[in-house]
Amino acid sequence: MAVATSARAGRAASRNTTWWPKLAEAIVAHAALITLSVIFAIPFFWMVSGALKTGPDMNAFPVVWFPTTLTLENFIAGVQVFPFLRYLFNTLVICVFSMVGAALSSSFVAYGLSRIEWRWRTPLFVIILSTMMIPFYVTMVPLFTMFRAMGWVNTYLPLIVPHFFGVPFFIFLLRQFFLSIPKEMSESARLDGANELRIYWQIILPLAKPALAAVALFQFLASWNDLLGPLIYLSDADTYTLSLGLTFFRGEYATQFGPLMAASTVVVIPVIVVFFFAQRTFIQGITLTGVKG
Amino acid sequence: MTATSAAPRSGSTHAKERRGRSPQQRRNTFWGLVFTAPGIIGLVWFYAYPVLASLYYSFTSATMVRPPAWIGATNYESLAKDPTWWQSLSNTIYYVVVSVPLGIAVALILALLLNLKVRGQSIYRVIFYLPAIVPLVASAVVWLYVFNPQYGVLNNVLNWFGITGPGWLNDPVWAMPAIIIFSTWGAGNLMIILLAGLQDVPKDLHDQAMVDGAGALARFRHVTLPFLSPHLLFALVTGLIAGFQFFTPIFVLTNGQGGPAGSTLVSGLYLFQNAFQFFKIGYASAIAWVLFIIVALATALVFRLVGRRVYYGGA
Repeated sequence: MAVATSARAGRAASRNTTWWPKLAEAIVAHAALITLSVIFAIPFFWMVSGALKTGPDMNAFPVVWFPTTLTLENFIAGVQVFPFLRYLFNTLVICVFSMVGAALSSSFVAYGLSRIEWRWRTPLFVIILSTMMIPFYVTMVPLFTMFRAMGWVNTYLPLIVPHFFGVPFFIFLLRQFFLSIPKEMSESARLDGANELRIYWQIILPLAKPALAAVALFQFLASWNDLLGPLIYLSDADTYTLSLGLTFFRGEYATQFGPLMAASTVVVIPVIVVFFFAQRTFIQGITLTGVKG
Repeated sequence: MTATSAAPRSGSTHAKERRGRSPQQRRNTFWGLVFTAPGIIGLVWFYAYPVLASLYYSFTSATMVRPPAWIGATNYESLAKDPTWWQSLSNTIYYVVVSVPLGIAVALILALLLNLKVRGQSIYRVIFYLPAIVPLVASAVVWLYVFNPQYGVLNNVLNWFGITGPGWLNDPVWAMPAIIIFSTWGAGNLMIILLAGLQDVPKDLHDQAMVDGAGALARFRHVTLPFLSPHLLFALVTGLIAGFQFFTPIFVLTNGQGGPAGSTLVSGLYLFQNAFQFFKIGYASAIAWVLFIIVALATALVFRLVGRRVYYGGA
């Protein structure tokens, strides 16, 4: 009792006297946050300003921060060598199919590992989980020789088809989510005569929308950003993705930063737009994957 | 509440099933197999077979055009004598040892600052997070320009302070630090995870410590840090595994060469070169397995050294 009151008094006292350290703290925090924000944002600024600069501004010393004359010539030069729309279309084909495949198959497998009680459920889950520890560089070479033997090289199949057989990380994520849905939801549907496929499709999937959205988004980004996969499997310039195209473009243009920055801007902007629309799903998805206890 | 009422019921059905090999049980096994079938096929097709094949290749002289022929441990022996491999390994370790702790420290500082809940928090959060979601190839190309010794923004800013900046990616000494700076810039993912972890730290524990006269540093050390320790361990282990696989930014920044003078040739890139440029898939597979074993040992070591100090009372 006495302790409680003294603690309360102490807290009250500290509340009365802490207004100015609070203010100092806010000022210091803002100063630090603004400084760091500027540092983190400068490369983006540099990209856009570089994309809009003319030759003389580009090579000026000391550097010109804001272009003295704005120009679109870099974009025109970039797009002539870098078939943006073609690569965008290729990338979207891979992204969309991988996304649908990953979300469908991973949720399907996760259902069998969480909503049905059967004997091999846990051992199978442990095995699937343990494949997450196998790095891609171990399986990369045999996968390539296998897909080559199947005649899949220079097609999008090696980049899409594996996602239709469950992605271990997503299976893990969705299984955790499915386990949090009360058993009674399934039980009552079973009493009504629904089979497992219907329960999966009509009850569990609608409830799992936030987790599915996170999975779809993660897969979209993974496919959009992937370089190694397209680098290995795609050799025909017409089949390139944006990431691969930009990599070769970078090789050819070495230090012609104007067109390089224009091409980068064009690749970066869609991602930023997607991010602003789906910000909450992003953040939720990432925290969903974080460890808990 | 629901758990206590449901437990005895499910217990009794279990007992009944076990005694009678009920059709219910058989139906469950059937549906279990139906649902997990794609996963089982994927497991064999994209994991079990490639892993075994890779292990087998590593003991053969296979190339992209020559079928595998057994040569015993020859690949591993030549690997032990390959100076380029040792250089790539030391580059990789240099990268991991510096970039992983640095990335965690930066992510932690950002998360702590954001957790002060100052006004405009969401704007700051977006700015810190954006580098992590922008396509790696595009951001690497942008940093190529940032690092340019003459026209790049970095050396020009250093110039304000009277510092003549190094050649960064053109300088064997500064190329790896440049790449580590680039990686640290993308610490946003980890920041979000740590920020979520900070929200689990009980607020009254902080208040209590404050009443007891603990300063900000002591509170961080004795209240925040223990609650955050599982997240930090997670960050350390995933950072370690990802660090040994590091590939894309180096491929773009050094145009696939790992230069200058091999100073940024990491093991992942060396493996790629052997497999897809020199077509030595047997040798490349041996590299993959050695790398895999090193990562497994390093992970085990981290768990042994750090795992014990992790506090799991938080969540």
